[in-house]
Amino acid sequence: MASSPSYDLNRVRAAARADTEVNFGFWAYLMSDVVLFSMLFLAYVNLSQRFAGGPTPADIFSLHGVFLETMALLASSLTFGLAMVSLHQGRKNHIIGWLLATAVLGIYFLWHEVSEFVHIIHEGASFTRSGFLSAYFGLVGTHGAHVFFGLIWIATMIAQLAVKGLTPPVASRLARLSLFWHFLDLVWICVFSTVYLPGILAGGSS
Amino acid sequence: MFGKLTLDALYHYDPIIVFANVIMIGAGVLVVALLTYYRKWGYLYREWFTTVDHKKIGVVYIVIALIFLLRGFIDAAMVRGQQATVGAGGEGYLSAAHFAELFTGHGTMMIFFMAMPFLVGLMNIAIPLQIGARDVSFPLLNAISVWLTAAAGALVMISLLVGSFSEAGWSGYTPFSGLEHSPGPGVDYWIWALQISGISTTLTGVNFVTTILKKRAPGMTLMRMPMFTWTVLCTSILIVVSFPALTVALALLALDRSVGTHFFTSIMGGDQMMYINMFWLWGHPEVYILVLPAFGIFSEVVTTYCNKRLFGYTSMVWATMAIAFLSFGVWVHHFYTMGQDPLRNSIFGIATMVIAIPTGVKIYDWIWTMFRGRIEYKLPMLWTLGFLITFVMGGMSGVLLAIPGADYKMHNSLFLVAHFHNVLIPGTMFGLLAGFYYWWPKVFGFRLDEKWGRHSFWGWLVGFYVAFVPLYMLGIMGMPRRMVTYDNPTWQFWLVIAAIGAIIVAYGIFSMFMQIYVSWRDREKNADLTGDPWGGRTLEWAIPSPPPEYNFAVVPEVRDRDAFMEMKVKNRAYERPAKYEDIHMPKSTPLPIVVAALSFFFGFAYVWHIWWLAGLCVLGTVAAVIARSFNDETEFVIPASQVQADEDAFHARLKQADVFTYIDGIQEFGDERTPAGQYVSPTSRATSGAPG
Repeated sequence: MASSPSYDLNRVRAAARADTEVNFGFWAYLMSDVVLFSMLFLAYVNLSQRFAGGPTPADIFSLHGVFLETMALLASSLTFGLAMVSLHQGRKNHIIGWLLATAVLGIYFLWHEVSEFVHIIHEGASFTRSGFLSAYFGLVGTHGAHVFFGLIWIATMIAQLAVKGLTPPVASRLARLSLFWHFLDLVWICVFSTVYLPGILAGGSS
Repeated sequence: MFGKLTLDALYHYDPIIVFANVIMIGAGVLVVALLTYYRKWGYLYREWFTTVDHKKIGVVYIVIALIFLLRGFIDAAMVRGQQATVGAGGEGYLSAAHFAELFTGHGTMMIFFMAMPFLVGLMNIAIPLQIGARDVSFPLLNAISVWLTAAAGALVMISLLVGSFSEAGWSGYTPFSGLEHSPGPGVDYWIWALQISGISTTLTGVNFVTTILKKRAPGMTLMRMPMFTWTVLCTSILIVVSFPALTVALALLALDRSVGTHFFTSIMGGDQMMYINMFWLWGHPEVYILVLPAFGIFSEVVTTYCNKRLFGYTSMVWATMAIAFLSFGVWVHHFYTMGQDPLRNSIFGIATMVIAIPTGVKIYDWIWTMFRGRIEYKLPMLWTLGFLITFVMGGMSGVLLAIPGADYKMHNSLFLVAHFHNVLIPGTMFGLLAGFYYWWPKVFGFRLDEKWGRHSFWGWLVGFYVAFVPLYMLGIMGMPRRMVTYDNPTWQFWLVIAAIGAIIVAYGIFSMFMQIYVSWRDREKNADLTGDPWGGRTLEWAIPSPPPEYNFAVVPEVRDRDAFMEMKVKNRAYERPAKYEDIHMPKSTPLPIVVAALSFFFGFAYVWHIWWLAGLCVLGTVAAVIARSFNDETEFVIPASQVQADEDAFHARLKQADVFTYIDGIQEFGDERTPAGQYVSPTSRATSGAPG
């Protein structure tokens, strides 16, 4: 066992349940985030054909890059799941390990997204170019910002695990971070199927 | 260094604004001086700025609301004054720009900084008490919410001094609110004031959904919740689901204005109608967010002062949920004239009219509750009766406006202005004022003065009719809203009458402040010894006034919808356990005021494009939250001996007020079947200082 049994594992497990009071509150917050993203999807779908004579999705998206990005994020959901399995086993160092793996995949995703943004902007397709591009950067950027805050949160939790150990409050926070991270994955799947797939399909092969 | 902020921002073209600033700064300096002179800063910091106690947070919300009630009313009075005095073709005493700031400020402040904080304040005070809880689910988040609201209000206030406020109306329609047509800082102030208060409200919604669903006392099933709790649950769900739409609309508008995106512009592929759709996707549910809790307050008031169970509780619950659900399907009725096809307009028109059905159910439930009740005409009952009659009128004009064909004639006319004031003033304001009087003794331990309260009621009611019936007339006569001047001389007569109405409402507001002062002066005489001044039926009346920090010494067990009434009937009210236990309560913390201050400076920095400061504020907020998350010692213990001592004192007061004799006299729940002979009037019993 990696960590000392100075805490009660049953209390740790109970704190990580999805239906505790504080975790229920986080579900309620996630519902508000669902609406927030819905509005951005609405904006994107509404503006997605308003090119103002500028580039179209097929001109700027590359399915190849997005595929790698997507796989990284999906894999990060798996690694976070494994972190939660370790939590239920009470293995602190395993949790830290899986959280680090999640963070690496998340950083790869974010790095990829930022370089894609930089590339698109360099091609003269900045968010000021057209309604379509504003909506694209707005939606994908908001998701990216969420991932960024998720990464800060992961770093914080790694620090708390190291300093405090696997206490019930730490386990409770990990449970919420887990909800948050899986939620971002879910949103990304919607982004992929709303933004990239139709955009590329409409313009023929990439 | 300071972005767009230069000394020019302090220059004001209008002597009236300079005068208003002198008043505002003078009042601020006076308050600071008095607090320093009486050495109250430490007390304020310990007891109010850092508190996480839901009751005190509720009071802070209502203080914010009352300040903005005055500011919002002054704006309204100036608008009325301009239109009454300008005469056909005249210039009047206000410039067009200042006039536009006034009607924008009036709407923004009354909705976001008067009605919402007032409402959330009453929610904070009453909900944990009604469900038998010791606090809300997230006391720290609750404190962050209240101070964020204060920070947002401060942004509105500072816009008076530094720069100017928005001229784009409270709904800030694009493209007028875009950079091209509104290049000044006004719209940015408006955006960030709303954004910060909107985030505060979203957090409040999350908090109260969780509190109501997770913190109810044992035995309180959903269908045993008091009606106010039900309406607040529905409102909180509406908040969680609708406020993000406002957040997104404002964020995208801010991006359009600051980095040049094209979400809502009229060029380069932007879609200005998208803003209007998003705004009302939030805006229409917002109407019900404001009105549903007021409906809950009326339900509490009617049952208490008619000494009866609520008639048709189940239908009231379903009506509340139906209204909450339907509120998401009607937003297009705010812009029938903006180019949808007739089919779409018809669908939204019918959906709008359908809302009248559950609302009608509620009206009948209240009437049937009064029927054969022993009505005590206390002040909240007057507000309720005033509401019933006035609100039905407003609802009728709403059904009229819901017909797209008719709306084409009425759109953006004063008829519309009369309509929404006719639902919001009785529907929300009267409810808030009824709740204010109803729960005041619970919070402060003494009753509010009845006489000045009645002056306030009649001022509001008569003033409302005199001020707004003329606006219906003017709307039918074709006068558009938001006119700084006009060329039709027949309008002025009605506008003068409307201005007289505003003066009568001013008397109502004055009387309310007099009521507070007089009641405070006579607080000994008006003291509420028992914690149950009205013969209440729900749990908040089972505990002392003001309640101890932990609310309930022992978490009560609920066996009936009218939980406290059941305890009185079954003679188990005020039962004491063999032994009290230690109680854990959350500690005070300065984090909320730190986060609020950073939000204020973030908003200010964004308005003036001082990017380094905005960045620092974001970093500071993240750092403060992370630092706090490392602190697991967030609770302190109130020892059982302290609880025991509090309860001993309370029971001594109960004996002194002869409460137990009174409880012995209560045999029935007091529904319409109760024989008249058994009836004991709760407020005619021998308590000290029964109100006159």
